[in-house]
Amino acid sequence: MNDHAPARSPQDLDDAIAGGIGESPIRPDGALKVRGEYAYSSDLWAEDMLWGVTLRSPHPSARIRSIDVSGALKTPGVYAVLTHEDVPGDNLYGLKDVDQPVLASDVVRYKGEAVALVAADHPETARRARERIDVDYEVLEPVTDAERAAHDETLPKVHPDGNLVRYQPILKGDPEATAEVVVSGTYTLGMQDQAFLGPESGLAIPAEDGGVDLYLATQDLHSDQAQTARALGLPQEKVRMTLSGVGGAFGGREDLSIQVHVCMLALRTGKPVKMVYDREESFYGHVHRHPATMYYEHGADADGRLVYVRAKLYFDGGAYSSKTPVVVGNGTTLGVGPYVVPNVRIEGWGVYTNNPPCGAMRGLGAVQPALAYEAQLDKLAEALDMDPVDVRIRNAISRGESIATGQVLDYPAPVAELLERVRALPMPPERDGTELDIRELPGGASNTTHGEGVYRGVGYGVCIKNICYAEGADDYSTARVRLQALGGEPAAMVHTAAAEVGQGVVTVQQQITRSELGVERVTVHPNDTDVGKAGSSSASRQTYMTGGAVKTACEAVRRRLLDRVAERFGEAFGDLSLAGGKIVSASTGVLTEIVDVLGDEVIEETREYHHRETYPMDAEDGSSERVQVQHAFSAHRAVVDVDVELGLVKVVALDCSQDVGKAVNPDAVVGQIQGGSAQGLGLAVMEEIRVGDGAIRNPSFTDYLIPTILDTPPMKIDVIERGDPNSPYGVRGVGEPPTISSTPAVVAAVRAATGKDLTHVPVSPEHVVDFGE
Amino acid sequence: MDFLRPTHWRDALDAKAHHPDATPIAGGTDVMVEINFGRRRPSTLLDLTGVPELTDWSLDDGRLRIGAGVPYARLIDELGDRLPGLAIASRTVGSPQIRNRGTLGGNLASASPAGDGHPPLLASDAEVEVQSLRGTRTVPVGEFFTGVKRHVLADDELIAAVHVAPATGAQQFSKIGTRNAMVIAVCTFAVALHPEQQRVGTGLGSAAPTPRPATEAAEFLAAELTDTDQWNRPRPLPESVVRRFGELVAATTAPIDDVRGTANYRTHAMAVMARRTLGWVWNEHRTGRQQCA
Ligand SMILES: Cc1cc2nc3c(=O)[nH]c(=O)nc-3n(C[C@H](O)[C@H](O)[C@H](O)COP(=O)(O)OP(=O)(O)OC[C@H]3O[C@@H](n4cnc5c(N)ncnc54)[C@H](O)[C@@H]3O)c2cc1C
Repeated sequence: MNDHAPARSPQDLDDAIAGGIGESPIRPDGALKVRGEYAYSSDLWAEDMLWGVTLRSPHPSARIRSIDVSGALKTPGVYAVLTHEDVPGDNLYGLKDVDQPVLASDVVRYKGEAVALVAADHPETARRARERIDVDYEVLEPVTDAERAAHDETLPKVHPDGNLVRYQPILKGDPEATAEVVVSGTYTLGMQDQAFLGPESGLAIPAEDGGVDLYLATQDLHSDQAQTARALGLPQEKVRMTLSGVGGAFGGREDLSIQVHVCMLALRTGKPVKMVYDREESFYGHVHRHPATMYYEHGADADGRLVYVRAKLYFDGGAYSSKTPVVVGNGTTLGVGPYVVPNVRIEGWGVYTNNPPCGAMRGLGAVQPALAYEAQLDKLAEALDMDPVDVRIRNAISRGESIATGQVLDYPAPVAELLERVRALPMPPERDGTELDIRELPGGASNTTHGEGVYRGVGYGVCIKNICYAEGADDYSTARVRLQALGGEPAAMVHTAAAEVGQGVVTVQQQITRSELGVERVTVHPNDTDVGKAGSSSASRQTYMTGGAVKTACEAVRRRLLDRVAERFGEAFGDLSLAGGKIVSASTGVLTEIVDVLGDEVIEETREYHHRETYPMDAEDGSSERVQVQHAFSAHRAVVDVDVELGLVKVVALDCSQDVGKAVNPDAVVGQIQGGSAQGLGLAVMEEIRVGDGAIRNPSFTDYLIPTILDTPPMKIDVIERGDPNSPYGVRGVGEPPTISSTPAVVAAVRAATGKDLTHVPVSPEHVVDFGE
Repeated sequence: MDFLRPTHWRDALDAKAHHPDATPIAGGTDVMVEINFGRRRPSTLLDLTGVPELTDWSLDDGRLRIGAGVPYARLIDELGDRLPGLAIASRTVGSPQIRNRGTLGGNLASASPAGDGHPPLLASDAEVEVQSLRGTRTVPVGEFFTGVKRHVLADDELIAAVHVAPATGAQQFSKIGTRNAMVIAVCTFAVALHPEQQRVGTGLGSAAPTPRPATEAAEFLAAELTDTDQWNRPRPLPESVVRRFGELVAATTAPIDDVRGTANYRTHAMAVMARRTLGWVWNEHRTGRQQCA
């Protein structure tokens, strides 16, 4: 025993280990990605593999009279042509409601719905054979108006039970309350796309046991596994999935795309089959953000204190239900924003139409109402001649107060503080008239103004987002942690199914393990279905949930190790801790090396982490004691320059204050806020899938525009940490809030610059310009 | 698919004569996109990047001859001072990667209504030099396009070069897009002053099926300047002249509603761009200083 060894407290773990919690170690996949050497799922390859393609419906609504595949089958090089008749199990899948066919049988419900599959020895052969499949359609009138779909019983039924997916009211206090100052408005939000760069892709390899191994890009391996196994008519253990490189997700990989299709082709042909969508097919091959129409009325007293909010929200779910029920749940529960409102009447409808299916996207169901309630707060400020930030602060929710469902927030809710902080951030410099770099002006490189017609505006937005699964879902994640001596060093391996989709959960798992076990060498096992569920990489939940699971599994490993030490050294268990590869006693200092205790033994523990229980909403009034487990908040200030004659916008600054509970990886937190802010900016001023008569009119990155570096301003990001006592390390989900509050802030700034109402996002030049000259 | 890669211009013409259905490919920034999207399945690709003659430019008899294979990046770097309007337009094209690959010849042959190279060439009265084994002809750029994505090239012809006079006066170009870089034009406008001829050149993009000049607007302005002796003794332009110029430009448009913008907006924006670019070229004409961009 070394007398000079300092005694360590059990909390003081990270000083000997680089890259623990609170640091920003380099991502294991970072250098590869920067160098272009990272293998994405579209790079998968196997000897002798075939290529699969999908035939899709050209009509938004039609009855299938017949499908003739004989021409396609005769094409040399073609190995299989499959239709609904070839689906081995249930020809149905879905995330919540199981309502979507793997391959359409009697009807197609949207343009782009999968109808048949081809496998051939060359992708071009497969595409040409696809053209030889003859489908006889009886074209039907599509249902395209979501609001009518909610109320008009005379419309055709998209599904046998009708066009309503979910109706949810929330009633709180006096639904007929009156107020001194009343503002109202109707707001609409276009269909946003996740616009991930790596298209849907995967490689299925038939296995000797009659099962299949699928390598793919997804957000949730086990959800895919369960749905795929059911459609294939196989037990789950015969449908094994391994995550390959994911090129972005943002919600668009929660629903199935290639999964069942590519497995069907592999099982039928007995060969490995690869599928990769091209960009256009990708726009048809995944769900989008729900477009919404929102009617709002806010009543306040003369001091600007909210008396009531009444709202009707219509969400267009498109042809299949996907996450529509959750969008209605989130949209209504969060529909008044991060404010205290005594009297609430909100109704939300999620409907089926023959438009493209909509589902998960970053900020699920919370993005839409934020556009509306923040515009309403600005209107209220104007009606009362108040500062827009002051009006928000006056109504800001805080710990101990309740949201519309009656749930009391029993954790920090620093909404007012975030608003104060973002307002206090330094403003960008004024534009001076001599500046002649057109890239700094609206229109940018396109040389549309040298200052003519340019006005500046400032706007604010703040939001609330629920974190993790809600409404009574049993939300959990599983982690397996193994500790052993490798080459004389203690080494840990973490195995979870938490999909690394770019957000950095791989780094977070390493950091937690380093801190918990005092071990520097931590590897992350490839994500697959050989370990228990992790749930989806969505709802800003993986650092919370899988982070919690890794922490719990590490604690179990540590307990086994320290039990042994306690026995051998006669120390009290509670005095022992791990640090820097050593075992430390609070009373006597360093006792021994971890490797010496381990010897040849491998300690492995698997644990689940479940968050606090949540409860469903009451069907009549939406009340729920705890509908959501945690809420996160962010506030944005946008500064924009608008060319009011041409309607072009340059966002000059987009600054954010956000509470993250605990920044496990501060750099990654800032990255999430920057990315989320840019995505919200995109929705504010350019991103919209244009749908006409059920068809997507811009399925390409030529016409579906996302922000470039010239559209994305420098961002001042102010991160605060007000830990949640209920979550591991106090973390609070980070990824979604900045996507939500940035949009209303940018739109408010454009309103301020132009004096226009601007009730639709994205704001387009046509909305800004006066044609009257 | 066959792939031909001649290394001499003569061989390229020979190949095109013998494979009239061959698709020429220069930078590939249009062709490859079409192939990737499955919109085009060429039986034969005729790669022109091995033909050194196509990537030269020269000044002969006071006129520039620019090889069809010169990319935007070189138009900006090497010819920016002599063809400022084309250089401004080139800077608005795509991204650095696209400007390194994409060529003027490809832009002409694609004949997209949104081709950013076309309006400045129109404003400068450029001509397209077309060759085949049968011989050479030059086509004024205004007559080169026959419709959306259509042009006058016969099956055996290739674009050899573009002929255009170096600028003698101020030139400008402006492009509307709904993002601040890397965007296909909603509409574009180019203007060039030709003081030695006391003439004004214009070019409108994405405002009609083919790029077109605003002849009436150009003639109005030239006459106005001549009548008031402003070519030699320039003074600030009266607001009424600038406004009228914008109106006449807008009146030349025959735009459509599409996913990039409405016809109304295009007409409106065209007038705004015309007024502003006129202001910039006129300032430059008066002061001799280029107005940024
Ligand atoms: C991301 C991206 C952004 C873009 N942005 C813009 C933009 O902002 N503005 C714009 O105008 N365009 C833009 N484009 C389109 C394209 O880059 C331009 O039209 C470019 O000029 C095409 O030149 P290229 O050499 O690449 O042509 P290619 O793709 O090689 O060929 C284009 C066409 O020209 C034909 N062709 C080529 N050379 C000859 C020849 N010598 N004789 C006869 N026919 C020939 C080809 O057969 C083909 O039909 C963009 C493209 C991409 C992919």
